[in-house]
Amino acid sequence: MSAPLHFQTIAELSAKLAAGQLSAVELTQAIIARTKAIEPRVHAFNSFDEPAALALAAASDTRRSAGQSSGALDGIPVGLKDVIAVAGQPLTASSKMLANFVSPYDATVTQKLQRAGAVLHGRLNCDEFAMGSSTENSAFGPSSNPWDLTRTPGGSSGGSAAALAAGAAVATLGSDTGGSIRQPAALCGLVGLKPTYGLISRYGLIAYASSLDQIGPFARTVEDAAIMLGAIAGHDPRDSTSFKTAIPDYRAELKTRRSPWKLGVPKEYFGAGLDPEVGAAVEKAIAFYRSQGCEIREISLPHTQYCLDTYYIIATAEASSNLARYDGIRYGHRTSAAKDLLDVYQKSRAEGFGDEVKRRIILGTYVLSSGYYDAYYLRAQKVRTLIRQDFLNAYREVDALITPTSPIPAFKLGEKSADPLAMYLCDIYTIGVNLAGLPALSLPCGFTQSGLPIGLQLIGQPFREADLLATAHSYEQAHGWNTQFPSL
Amino acid sequence: MSQPAELNIDRVAELSRLALTPEEKTRFAAQLGSILGHIEQLAKVDVSGIEPTAHAFPLNNVWAADVAQPGLAVSAALLNAPAQRDHMIVVPKVVD
Repeated sequence: MSAPLHFQTIAELSAKLAAGQLSAVELTQAIIARTKAIEPRVHAFNSFDEPAALALAAASDTRRSAGQSSGALDGIPVGLKDVIAVAGQPLTASSKMLANFVSPYDATVTQKLQRAGAVLHGRLNCDEFAMGSSTENSAFGPSSNPWDLTRTPGGSSGGSAAALAAGAAVATLGSDTGGSIRQPAALCGLVGLKPTYGLISRYGLIAYASSLDQIGPFARTVEDAAIMLGAIAGHDPRDSTSFKTAIPDYRAELKTRRSPWKLGVPKEYFGAGLDPEVGAAVEKAIAFYRSQGCEIREISLPHTQYCLDTYYIIATAEASSNLARYDGIRYGHRTSAAKDLLDVYQKSRAEGFGDEVKRRIILGTYVLSSGYYDAYYLRAQKVRTLIRQDFLNAYREVDALITPTSPIPAFKLGEKSADPLAMYLCDIYTIGVNLAGLPALSLPCGFTQSGLPIGLQLIGQPFREADLLATAHSYEQAHGWNTQFPSL
Repeated sequence: MSQPAELNIDRVAELSRLALTPEEKTRFAAQLGSILGHIEQLAKVDVSGIEPTAHAFPLNNVWAADVAQPGLAVSAALLNAPAQRDHMIVVPKVVD
């Protein structure tokens, strides 16, 4: 028996669209109906454009009937994290600062998805300016985890994960600066891919920490993630950090690339703070790979304990610089209580930004300020070199790394929101990847006894997403975690 | 946790162009003190002779042809201006 339409994959739905068993308008109507049913409980969306979605779906059907379908994504409803620009649509970053902002242009990934025929139907909730691990920093209220509505879907791309897990999209995009795709994917039982830094254009992505930010997909299956990645990857002259590299057919490669692989298990990722049920599920996954003929080797990433501090210096420094553009002058919130120009800046920013954004701007300004730059920022950049070398050394011995994605399953809304440091520790296994610029994905590897999803992280080598996806695919094919759905 | 001597919250708030309330100053100073306490452990790492990493895959000398490209139309550029008049953004008076 196949799953309800709203829980089916891109691969399944595109086959039905191609066979004429389903129209894009019917599919989009089903997703809209599902969204209306779950949204009061999940709050995954910041905005939703029903007429635009139906028009895109109708255009897709017209293309298809003329024999001009654009491929696997043509007619598929895809949601975007509300930090990715779509011309003429709201773009808020879940901030009061941009509550009324309408994007004057498209992000490159938006154009690529539109060219692929995707039906971009809504913009998804997140932590304000992508800063957080629970969506509780959204100025418009948190999202809920579809597996347990009293819990967080994770963050910062929590709405992207919650919408997909609840069946309100067929795939979504998020952004990952320290784990913001992989951690919510783990907490919501989804595949989430953070590509190599430079594989995806950041043009049109609201900047948080520019040397760490990367856009990537959420999907129900590894195959769907491969389809999405193929649609958005590639060099873009409008992002000078995007790489000129050949883009393989990631979906086709799933069928041709095979293990065995040498997989490294970094011992530092299995220490204190790891939930026993999460640890046990990851150990089982490691045992699976061993049973498939993979060589499993324990390795060490000796500077792991410094990742969190290095990240919070570099990310906040870059954020304080990036967010200086919100000055109340050209766009965004402007205070009505200012006496002079300095007052406009200070009050507009104080009124427009929430607590976590203010904390990070202050921390970033401090570590960059005269007298502290060498002790904090420059030192963190040097430790970043050591962290990156740890990974590159490991790849002399092994092909990929296998770890938990998040030390804990989904936590209760409100549980950590008063303690920033406790929230930061949610990212302990994901941030090293961003500092080193590596690709990594999270995929479901089981459930806790109370029914919460558990995520497995696979970390790959630069620009070798095809290998990473193939490794994940072989595990997914032998398990069936992604055929279970939340009951809501 | 008490505020470390070196984090002068008034000064950093001013540099950050953030008008903070006294309550926010007290709260953020305490929270940032605790985060900075954690960050102090970076001082233990031996970084002598290590080059800083600004980007994981630095690309240098990315050139583009020096050719004019179409930019945003005036109407699009002003789409989100808080106040505008005659195709210009209206700002508060800065000179008396």
